[in-house]
Amino acid sequence: MTKDMIGRPVERNEDTRLLTGRGCYVDDVKRPGMLHAVMVRSPMAHARVLGIDASAALELPGVVKVITFADIAALAKTIPQRTCPLPGMENFLQMPLADQVVRYVGEPVAMVIAENRYIAEDAAELVYVDYDGLQAVVDAHEAARNEVLVHAEQGSNVASAYRVGRGDADAAFRNAHYTRKESFYVHRHSAVPLETRGLVAEWDAQAGHMTVWGAGKVPFANRGILADMLRLPNSAVDMIEVDVGGSFGVRGDFYPEDFLVPFAAQLVGRPVKWIEDRRENLMAMNHSREMHCELEIAVDREGLIQAMRGKVMGDIGAYVRTNSGVMAGKGTQFLQGAYAIPNLEFDVCAIITNKTPAGTYRGPGRYESCFFRERLIDIAAGEMGIDPVAMRRRNLIKADQMPYDAGALVPGQGPTIYDSGDYPTVFERGLAHFGYEELAKRNGQLIDGRLHGVGLACFTESTGGGPGEHARIELRQDGTLDLFVGSSSAGQGHETSMAQVLADAMGVPFEDIRVHHGSTTYLKQGYGAYHSRSAVMGGSAVHKAGQALVQTLMARAAKLKGLPDTQGLAWRDGHVVREADGSTLVTLAELAADLPACGPEDRGPVSVETSFENDRLTFTFGLQLAHVSVDPQTAQVKVEKFLCVEDVGRMINPMIVHGQTVGAAVQGLGGTFLDEFIYDEDGQLTTGTFADYLLPVSTDFEHVDALTLELSPSPSNPLGVKGAGEGGIIGTGGALTNAVSNALSGLSVSITRLPMSLNRLSAALRQARAQKGTA
Amino acid sequence: MTESVRIQLSVNGRAVDAQVEARLTLADFLREELNLTGTHLGCEHGVCGACTILVNQDPMRSCLMLAVQAEGCEVTTVEGLSQPDGLTDLQASFRQHHALQCGFCTAGMLTTAHAFLQRQPCPTREQACEAISGNICRCTGYIPIVDAILGTAQARQARQDGGAA
Repeated sequence: MTKDMIGRPVERNEDTRLLTGRGCYVDDVKRPGMLHAVMVRSPMAHARVLGIDASAALELPGVVKVITFADIAALAKTIPQRTCPLPGMENFLQMPLADQVVRYVGEPVAMVIAENRYIAEDAAELVYVDYDGLQAVVDAHEAARNEVLVHAEQGSNVASAYRVGRGDADAAFRNAHYTRKESFYVHRHSAVPLETRGLVAEWDAQAGHMTVWGAGKVPFANRGILADMLRLPNSAVDMIEVDVGGSFGVRGDFYPEDFLVPFAAQLVGRPVKWIEDRRENLMAMNHSREMHCELEIAVDREGLIQAMRGKVMGDIGAYVRTNSGVMAGKGTQFLQGAYAIPNLEFDVCAIITNKTPAGTYRGPGRYESCFFRERLIDIAAGEMGIDPVAMRRRNLIKADQMPYDAGALVPGQGPTIYDSGDYPTVFERGLAHFGYEELAKRNGQLIDGRLHGVGLACFTESTGGGPGEHARIELRQDGTLDLFVGSSSAGQGHETSMAQVLADAMGVPFEDIRVHHGSTTYLKQGYGAYHSRSAVMGGSAVHKAGQALVQTLMARAAKLKGLPDTQGLAWRDGHVVREADGSTLVTLAELAADLPACGPEDRGPVSVETSFENDRLTFTFGLQLAHVSVDPQTAQVKVEKFLCVEDVGRMINPMIVHGQTVGAAVQGLGGTFLDEFIYDEDGQLTTGTFADYLLPVSTDFEHVDALTLELSPSPSNPLGVKGAGEGGIIGTGGALTNAVSNALSGLSVSITRLPMSLNRLSAALRQARAQKGTA
Repeated sequence: MTESVRIQLSVNGRAVDAQVEARLTLADFLREELNLTGTHLGCEHGVCGACTILVNQDPMRSCLMLAVQAEGCEVTTVEGLSQPDGLTDLQASFRQHHALQCGFCTAGMLTTAHAFLQRQPCPTREQACEAISGNICRCTGYIPIVDAILGTAQARQARQDGGAA
């Protein structure tokens, strides 16, 4: 069976390797003569570096080199922004190693290179760094007052500040029937993939060539940054993608170590491996999500939202990294969500603090803004005496409003156009599937000692980030195909889904396709995996390459048979047939074989490389629904039922989509209740191990399901697909806080801050009881 | 600390005789000295469970054991639980239920589940869920992993019942 391979829940090709211990992750890469690197990181949140004495470390047998800023000074450049730069952010970029000042706990100060990791770790403890402590500023509101400066030379901790909007929000608020303002906060947490970061770099001095294993996400972009920093042409650098143990947005962008490890390999003339340990991972890999928002809506008598305005403050930590602008920038863009709100005005800022730099984590800005908006809508609906479902129903963008212009709310970017969707239909399907009406009757009820609550949140999600993607196909002489694609995988299953797309496009057996992805050695150009783009961009490139290969093979068939052109020929199930009677003219195997009657250009393997280019984003719509029960004594929340509903246009592999959605939702449930980077007032990270940075385990959230719809295919790509990797996380905070607030409505608890951890929620309960007692 | 010690043990059914540093962890010994890289390290402090192996049939965190502590032991890794061709029933069930995405936690899940099903061939969902509660997975949300374990148990039970009939 070869046709209609798109839409089938095919079991994954990569699984056999990964299930038998034969995967190859970066720590499994071993090169002859390989050395091991360990980073020396700042133990202080803010300090002047007065000096570094590595002599004791260098005396340790097996230590080869200790690299400090002085070693990289000649080449040193700050790490550039890759995406969504906001005005002013370019002044707060990070150097690969700290020079005179450290600005967060975990900032790289030196790198030790030794014969093995044990020795390197011993030596790292012997590197003496003389710090002169400076006052740290940890809270974004405090930092915004600029009394303590993180980057003194900039004179401000405000990395970016701007106003965006459309319509006339002030007028709408003046004339409103009802207005409501609330302050919200999302805590600092992040993706925390199970595999920590790592790299292996090897410099071939004779060839002048650098090879880096362990690339992910954006290998081609990182090659450009690395080549520029090492003053090498792009062609002298290759990034190799091996198996990757999860990314969720945080892995694979260019970090300080992405320069330091190749630099070290070049300096010492031997391959160097660096594998991050978990403690440093929690303080060095991008944090995310921390955002303050003061949001206000203006509503008319009928419950129609006339305007939304507010202040958005993203806490991006000590430096701007490659994608730090996304959280506040896109978060603001998504504040309006799936509702037709004519008037918008937002004051946005990104604030520098003495904490780990922040970047994108699955659903960046979307998770935060969805929580702010959906919680505020529930609060407003409650006060106005409108059912929260009815309120959303009234405001959802209608199918006949598509494509919908959501305004240009990100500096330097054009308008956001929701391309397609029937939001009301998806909304009703979701409510019905969840059994919302029945369950909502339990809101606030005490049943068997637990208070029950039901809540929901709607969201839109932009997917299929541009500018394009490349794919190359090689036909082998045995008639099988090698497919190379610029999309990179961190576990999503491209070796399966991309093969499905090609099998479908060419009508060839799925089993005859081998997929190779990510590495810079495969293609002229590639763009990687971000912005839920692989199915959209990578899939479309593969589809297009498949069509191009069919054209090439048809032409070859005509030539083989002595026909002047391909007129009267058709491609069917991997064969060239005569259109007239459907009879086979040439099989794929014959086309692939080394046929003696042909000229050299017409024999043997065939290769095509094409690109699919598109800057138009495609948008999904979804809602998430939660039923929770809360123990009023302990504040322990049980998620009785959680449902993700999303219209992704068209699915390539429903099993993979379902897995992405449920997996994302459980990450979001964890982020809403458990995961939290907690800093003390000196800027020390107090949740720096898995014993105190809590991730969800198997017994935490057992009742999560997904309903994925294919109602509105994307009009902007040939497959009609929309991205499906991030939607599952976006509505979790909003739906769960609404559900818990509904459960606790009798106690007048309204959740406006995350996480809803046991200690924070029980404190809220105590406070509510105390207030009631005094009332 | 860097003192060298001779150890003799069995790894995946093969006798191993090696000279190791006293401080070498069992995980590093397996991965670096024996090249058994199917065992992964996710936290190196015994929380995430990715490095779980079987020591005398019991699941153990190989990051928390020193190689010298495995002296005289029978050690089994994910490689030892695999067959030369194809997948075992447990592995096939993981594939069928999409119980892995990035695959980094998978070896620890498989070794834990293998030992669990030896002890408890007919588990309830609650028991299966509890059994892997010491293993962190960031991709799947755990639900398909529990499904895969239960699916394996049920299929084994059905085969046994069929064989007895």
